[in-house]
Amino acid sequence: MTNWRILFDISKTHLLSRIKQSTVAALGVTFGIGTFIILVSFMTGLNHMLDSLVLNRTPHIHLYNEIKPSEKQPIEFYEQAKNSFNVIHSIKPKQSQVKIHNALPILQHLRKDERVKGVAPQVEASVFYMAGAIELNGVVNGIEVMEEVRLYNFKDYIIEGSPEALVRNNNGILLGAGIAETMSLGVGDRVQLSTVKGGVFPLKIVGIFQSGIADLDNILSYVNLTTAQRLRGEGKSFITDLNVKLWDLNHAIPMAKNIRQQFNLSAVDINQANAQFDTGTTIRNLITYAVSITLLIVAGFGIYNILNMMIYEKMNDIAILKATGFSGKDVQLIFISQAIIIGLVGGLLGLLLGYSVSVLISHVPFNTDALPTIETYPVNFDPRFYGIGIVFAMISTFLAGYLPAKRAKQIDPVEIIRSQ
Amino acid sequence: MILESKNINKYFREPVLFHVLKDISFGIDKGEFVSVMGKSGCGKSTLLYILSTMDTDYEGDLFLNGEKLTGKDKEYLAHIRNEHIGFVFQFHYLLPEFTVLENVMLPARKLGKRTPRQIKDDAMEKLTLLGIEEQANKKAFRISGGQKQRVAIARALINNPSIIMGDEPTGNLDSKNAENVFGIFKNLSVEQNLSLLIVTHDLDFAQKTDRIIEMGDGKIINGVDYQITPAPHLKPSSH
Repeated sequence: MTNWRILFDISKTHLLSRIKQSTVAALGVTFGIGTFIILVSFMTGLNHMLDSLVLNRTPHIHLYNEIKPSEKQPIEFYEQAKNSFNVIHSIKPKQSQVKIHNALPILQHLRKDERVKGVAPQVEASVFYMAGAIELNGVVNGIEVMEEVRLYNFKDYIIEGSPEALVRNNNGILLGAGIAETMSLGVGDRVQLSTVKGGVFPLKIVGIFQSGIADLDNILSYVNLTTAQRLRGEGKSFITDLNVKLWDLNHAIPMAKNIRQQFNLSAVDINQANAQFDTGTTIRNLITYAVSITLLIVAGFGIYNILNMMIYEKMNDIAILKATGFSGKDVQLIFISQAIIIGLVGGLLGLLLGYSVSVLISHVPFNTDALPTIETYPVNFDPRFYGIGIVFAMISTFLAGYLPAKRAKQIDPVEIIRSQ
Repeated sequence: MILESKNINKYFREPVLFHVLKDISFGIDKGEFVSVMGKSGCGKSTLLYILSTMDTDYEGDLFLNGEKLTGKDKEYLAHIRNEHIGFVFQFHYLLPEFTVLENVMLPARKLGKRTPRQIKDDAMEKLTLLGIEEQANKKAFRISGGQKQRVAIARALINNPSIIMGDEPTGNLDSKNAENVFGIFKNLSVEQNLSLLIVTHDLDFAQKTDRIIEMGDGKIINGVDYQITPAPHLKPSSH
């Protein structure tokens, strides 16, 4: 039979009568948990920002028609050469079209799939930006603007003008920031593009975009899908890329495999394309958790020490409690509850400390050319971290309290009373 | 018979094997006030710890209220101590950071059979009985030695135990306070028909009890049976 109230009262009185020691022990936990929250919020905030820099713009599945040599060369169809060793020189890619065959039906089909959040069709066209006598190499992507905004946060990267302006204007172009700078052009100016086939198209600049990746910003511009089709001199069914975004990232691999088989297309899933980001994130998380756990272990040793000392000082109390009918388990519970109270109070204060500092950090200005939409340091206020933090605090203090409490449980009251 | 021991033997194994208690058998009746005397090291304290169920490392059988306690688990024995045995030590052993009242209430709150209100009233009643009710809200480390011992007695009484055990409860008190404590014990024995078993060095104290059990070399020399007059060699020299 355990009478919790009385045990709790005893441990509370013990803690309060040694308020300095208890406070030091609790502060150890506070700093451990506080640092954990700060580290993990800041680190994952930064991770998230860096990842989304690339991943947001990366489709979960990218469909296109790859130009490549046939895997089976004609000689292999020749029966009499079947068992011989064939050497072929100067293999050329198979002659095929750049566009996706039957792109519009495939687009319709994919959009009906319930795993798919959306599909953004693109037409890629190589062009030259004409600046007087100079021709700059470039690539123009024809896009369905509002689909890109919805699926790939396209709006975040437009530093001047708006995506809607592009929708309204079929002769508009969103110019890359690098090109705009090189050519000293701004919104409202006109730019002339010459295509590979020789045509010259004057387009009006409706906005400037900056992806944060300088190499892209120096060559890439965006136009409407139909404008790009016009640049290539093709019709409405000419689509070179389909960028699929899914609700759940985990469907990417099986779905990409399916599409490869069903439509005979190249389908690159996100894990294939961005494996290195995952690795980076994992390692950064690992470091964060390792540092935090180290801090908590140090705090744990503090608690262990203080409880051990407390038990040493309280030998007489333990003996008298046992003599008057408190069992070893009761005594153990008294000391474990002390550890847990220290952990809970210290942990909650730690959460508060971590949150306050995180808020502070999230208001510190942080400007970088690579990240046009970021103005302050990114901090991730995920409530899960706070949950993990308090659980960490409770577990580490429980473990730190367990051993001293077990010692208290085993103290023989007769020995204490005798030794007086 | 409240308390009964049958053929209790106890050995110390450290540093060498030593037979401390040899075949101890005796009983205490309800309302009986018994003292245990003997030279230092004769095993009387050791016996008391066995009888109080705190020491379980012995051979033989121990009965309280007819129930055999030998071999019961520690949890249950703690419960028995809580409900049926009141303890008074030479050193007062109060919890220093708690008030006098809280110290007295502690065993009753552990037992948990009464409401906090009732426990508080009972504790005040015991303190009044011992004449220290004005000290109720002082911290235990702030009161005098004699007062501490009375608080310890009040605490021993709080659960209305079957027996009070004392390990030299007057050993650390001046003669006035010792007399006072004896008077309290005597009253409890006579008025409340409580059994008492007190280990003591104090011959004056022992002579006023109902029976003296005299121990020597781990054996009971005298006093197994009920007797009021002490053996001649135990008579006080002058007073």
